Amino acid sequence: MSKVIKITKGLDINLAGKPRKEVVKGVKPDTYALKPTDFQGIARPKVLVEEGDKVKAGTPILFDKWKENVMFCAPVSGEIVGVIRGEKRKLLEVRILADAEVEFESFNTYSVSELQGLNREQAQEQMLKSGVWPYMTQRPYGVVADPEAEPKAIFISTFDTNPLAPDFDFMLKGEEQAFQAGITVLKKFTSGTIHLNINANAEVSQLFEHAQGVQINKFAGPHPAGNVGVQIHHLDPINKGDVVWTITPTGVVAIGRLFLEGKFDTRRMVAMAGSEVSDPKYFEVYQGAAIKKIVEGNLKQDHVRLVSGSALSGNKVELDGYLGFHDQLITVLPEGDDYELLGWALPTVKKHSFHRALGLLSFLNPKQEFVINTNTHGEKRAFVQTGVFEQVTPMDIHPMHLLKAILAEDYDDMEALGIYEVIEEDLALCEYIDVSKHDVQAIVRQGLDLIRNS
Amino acid sequence: MASLRELVDKLKVPFQPGGKLEKLHYVFDGFDTFLFVPNETTKPKGAQIRDAVDLKRLMITVVISMIPCLLFGIWNVGHQHDLATGGGLELIDKILIGLKITLPIVIVSYAVGLGIEFLFTTLKKEPINEGFLVTGMLIPLVMPPTIPLWQVALATAFAVVIGKEAFGGTGFNVLNVALTARAFLYFAYPLQISGEVWTYLGDATTVNGYSGATALALAAQTVEQGTSVVSAFAGNWMDSMFTSFSLFMGTVPGSIGETSTLMALIGALILVATGVGSWKIIVATFGGAFITAAAFYGSANYVELFGEYPGMAVRIILFILAIAFTVGFGFLVKNKEIKYAGIGVGVSLILFTALVMGEASNSYMAMPPYYHLIIGGLAFGAVFMATDPVSAAHTEAGKWLYGILIGTITVIIRVFNPAYPEGIMLAILLMNVMAPLIDFYVVKENKKRRLQRVTAV
Repeated sequence: MSKVIKITKGLDINLAGKPRKEVVKGVKPDTYALKPTDFQGIARPKVLVEEGDKVKAGTPILFDKWKENVMFCAPVSGEIVGVIRGEKRKLLEVRILADAEVEFESFNTYSVSELQGLNREQAQEQMLKSGVWPYMTQRPYGVVADPEAEPKAIFISTFDTNPLAPDFDFMLKGEEQAFQAGITVLKKFTSGTIHLNINANAEVSQLFEHAQGVQINKFAGPHPAGNVGVQIHHLDPINKGDVVWTITPTGVVAIGRLFLEGKFDTRRMVAMAGSEVSDPKYFEVYQGAAIKKIVEGNLKQDHVRLVSGSALSGNKVELDGYLGFHDQLITVLPEGDDYELLGWALPTVKKHSFHRALGLLSFLNPKQEFVINTNTHGEKRAFVQTGVFEQVTPMDIHPMHLLKAILAEDYDDMEALGIYEVIEEDLALCEYIDVSKHDVQAIVRQGLDLIRNS
Repeated sequence: MASLRELVDKLKVPFQPGGKLEKLHYVFDGFDTFLFVPNETTKPKGAQIRDAVDLKRLMITVVISMIPCLLFGIWNVGHQHDLATGGGLELIDKILIGLKITLPIVIVSYAVGLGIEFLFTTLKKEPINEGFLVTGMLIPLVMPPTIPLWQVALATAFAVVIGKEAFGGTGFNVLNVALTARAFLYFAYPLQISGEVWTYLGDATTVNGYSGATALALAAQTVEQGTSVVSAFAGNWMDSMFTSFSLFMGTVPGSIGETSTLMALIGALILVATGVGSWKIIVATFGGAFITAAAFYGSANYVELFGEYPGMAVRIILFILAIAFTVGFGFLVKNKEIKYAGIGVGVSLILFTALVMGEASNSYMAMPPYYHLIIGGLAFGAVFMATDPVSAAHTEAGKWLYGILIGTITVIIRVFNPAYPEGIMLAILLMNVMAPLIDFYVVKENKKRRLQRVTAV
């Protein structure tokens, strides 16, 4: 029924500290936050609440001048305790002190059969005001989906191949109904296909393989096989002028819950993993949780970096920080801010490298787990090595030529070389393996911003 | 280790911004980062972890891969001295003579090159780049043992300043820096880098009948004399000098480090095993040289190999087939790498049939093709010079064509141009210039595929 697409290029980084499949329920973070910085392309956010206001889960907190009808809503009920701004009064986050029991704004509920008869306008209205809309990401550019656009297809990657990535199949167990309802709603938005991309190497997933109204595609291979951008490239590549949407399975479930239960319920599982975690496992919280309660008491040592998201394209957060909007992983890495005598020259089997110039004999021990710290392991240099970015980019793209076109701000070349097909995470491995230590993902975003604002 | 770090931190103070030696900050930084991997951590956004390999590791791997060539070269300088003077020296004496000649050249090359790098790093206020670690070793290995040290210094300075820094430093140079140094000497001081310069004689008198000619020079002479190359090798003043075994081992006169095919292959093994050098370029260069040499051999020995043939019609058909082969690969084959390799092979085939049609033949062409791979510096150039990632083709498909054409042009220059006995240097420099053009077409195809996707729907 479905074909298997084999990805051969790429790299699995086998980090130590993978999460056990056990869920801790009843963790109650004191505060939650909504961070407009989690979204690309939000230029002028308008805050709708003030400190001291009471909100429920699903109460609009802010919107962007760019699309005024897309509401970003509170994930939990409680009291607004901070509207934090940075330089030039840039809005960084809105903090909510959570109630003991979460109260929800109530929206329309539909039965499964009523959902079938729903049209796009009705669905869209409910989604825009309730806070689930931003779960949908638009390509090119990786921005929040434009309510006025009609995507040619919608892509859902049901597995994550990033280092230490959480397992969606495990996290969404028992959510079959909400997931299917979410798919049914998404069907209203495109006349094209909804692609549900599943891991060919994993066990048969009850949740995903029985979904109706989607085209199931199987992918096999190393990271970035789970990146939705790579999958799009192999299924139905994005050309100039195309618009496609992507959404995570968690987002689909949130949409399903909204229509079945009439509430903006962002309850989700979050994995805490990494070599410095005493007991890596899953926690059940709402979107944007403060990480302190989750992290405290579960660390092997204090000199660590906490990352919201994956080790390859996450964001550093402080102990009093918050999880990102889409993130379901807290990665804990040892901080690497120490000098290492002749560290670049000495032979070792402890360090991880894509290049055989270090790991010449690493094929002898393919299952080895690595502890990797945050040191850059070298300084920034001009591009010298060629032919390696291609080995970790399973797309018909010349990554180095694209990066050089971006640095040269050559719009025509960027377009011709395929900038519409990538966002940061798709070239994250290039950043990891680059011997010249360029900030590849920042360069990609710079290029996307140039094109989007041109 | 901690105390050493403290010492470096203490020494660092005057080099920091605001300190007395602020201007030399990046010079100090160069030494500091050589000794210690800095405590720099990844940025808050993006990849939180980075690969353990950096450019230093990459460059030092290349230097390590050249060590067999260097060691053999040191011995061979002494060995050639011994052969020419009939001295009957012990192993240790040969090595000492080799060291006496080679070390000063290595030291001058590094001292001048690194000095200029430090100067530019100070002027440009940019961190120093490790590129010269490799260049500084390559330059001595392609110098004749008798080269005056001031010429080494001058050539190094020219190559680093004009060949590299003028373009923006390591990573931006168009030409291979070490070959720029060699080419500079070749054209500026031809007397010191051609003729009887390949054996260090010192004050000693030579044995009877001695000639310092290299295999390349002997082979080039056969074109005028009309004798066969193999017999010219056999008739050398020393019978066993140019057997194919000694040519492969490298116990022949030549530049310090480039005579031994075996040592170059050991270097190639290190480069390929570590993934630092492109195996595609190495294989393509050897392959291109062999195919071209075989084409020459075939056309020069056409009658002997294939018998009498029925006239011009067959040759024209052959010629058309060769062109069809090349064009076919260019337009029909989808796989980029096979396609570009096919075009390269096709060029050699066209050449072959063209030569057959013109009934061209000279005695150099008639040399068995494998000799081309072991005489002169082809192996050394293919392994260490052509693979320089900055000046080579950057696309994987382009690397095939780039390598094959280097091999082809090397053999063409050798066989048809008696003024330049060694073709590999000019072939690589020429292809360095052409590499961006090859890449341009490879990348253009990628762009075209992307455009076709739109129109196809």
